[in-house]
Amino acid sequence: MSALIEIEFRLNGISRRVTVPLQMSALEMLRDMMGQHGTKYGCGEGECGACTISVDHRTVNSCLKFAVDCNGRDIQTIEGLAATPFGENLNRAMVEHGAVQCGFCTPGIMMQAQQVLTDNPDASPAQIQRGLEGNLCRCTGYRKILDAIEAVAHPSPAGD
Amino acid sequence: MAELRNYAAPRSLAEALQVLASGPATVLAGGTDLMPQSRSARVRFAPTLLNIQGVAELRGVRRRDGAVEIGALTTIATLRDDPAVRNGAPVLWQACDHFASDQIRNAATIGGNICNASPAGDTLVPLLVLDASVVLASGGAAGIHERRLPLSEFLTGPGRTARRPEELLVEVRIPVPASGWVDRYVKFGTRPALDISTIALALGGTLFDGRLENARLALGAVAPTAIRAHDAERVLAEGPLDRARIDRVVDAADAAIHPISDVRASDWYRRELVHNLLRRILTDVCPN
Repeated sequence: MSALIEIEFRLNGISRRVTVPLQMSALEMLRDMMGQHGTKYGCGEGECGACTISVDHRTVNSCLKFAVDCNGRDIQTIEGLAATPFGENLNRAMVEHGAVQCGFCTPGIMMQAQQVLTDNPDASPAQIQRGLEGNLCRCTGYRKILDAIEAVAHPSPAGD
Repeated sequence: MAELRNYAAPRSLAEALQVLASGPATVLAGGTDLMPQSRSARVRFAPTLLNIQGVAELRGVRRRDGAVEIGALTTIATLRDDPAVRNGAPVLWQACDHFASDQIRNAATIGGNICNASPAGDTLVPLLVLDASVVLASGGAAGIHERRLPLSEFLTGPGRTARRPEELLVEVRIPVPASGWVDRYVKFGTRPALDISTIALALGGTLFDGRLENARLALGAVAPTAIRAHDAERVLAEGPLDRARIDRVVDAADAAIHPISDVRASDWYRRELVHNLLRRILTDVCPN
């Protein structure tokens, strides 16, 4: 049995403490020990982006991160993002634009969309598309997802 | 999966080196290669997992004594956003910009990309063209010993390097190219993001009177390591870059490579890519 290590970190603004096996991924820790089921397991090798979380305000693939390396860090999952005004706004835009079909990629896409628009609030459509290159969606064809994020970046004057 | 028994997360280089000196350890930096490789049993864990993420002194880009010095823990995203890299080493900047995805760039480190020693490692081809060297540290609290090795000597095979078990790669040094330096980089893959190179090429040199002087040519994913093509460089140094010389450079590069056939491309296709893309960048760098 692999060694167990106690770690402490902030999860969606709240200090948490948990004991994890050394080889456990951050994704397994978040889903199986912290109940953060919004973060999805897609490919397990960083190709699909479904497991995207924010660590110290930078998005990473949680399937590629060792849980022990979460110690001392500030982690946000989709559950945390959804509770923010920005997250609610983005959520509404995703629904209004029909950007969700099966929904499996949606949490990762929303996490990455937050990163893209935080880095560059005035991101162009091309910059948004480039920023999402690490997130796969097998349903929508991306157009509606990009439209939703663009609507958050550049709300129309009518406020729709 | 081999069994991990101990965990160390040092805050200083001396402490990290002490751990390495005391027994076999698997080094964890960004984790983006280590996690999938350990799960698929391509890499076996040593008994100790050494997480070096807390060693702050291994982070950052400095320009000093005519060189760009990059700490081993510097992420690919940080490199891509650094003006010293963009202005001083554009081929490296391009490779960082085309590296995997935003999420992986935020985690992956330059030291990790080098130590992983993939023949297709994205930073290796530009670093070889820039004549980069690596600094390896060993020792501990009693004193730190450093040695410096050209990257071309550090890479010894697929997944293999000249790093000794007690050593840590701490820094990458890139001499700032002379004025008049021009370079080109091309990575060929089937999609723009998250693609492992089918082949990669980089060319650099000082353009003078129709010649590419002090030329360097590096190739990736066509040999057991990313390589310099020294014979092709000699052909470039011999005279003006005309059509006949381009033919000879391409022939010399073809003789230097040993591509394999795998899921990404056949040996034949990789050679075709090298011929055609090398011809294109040679023509582009010196149009006459």
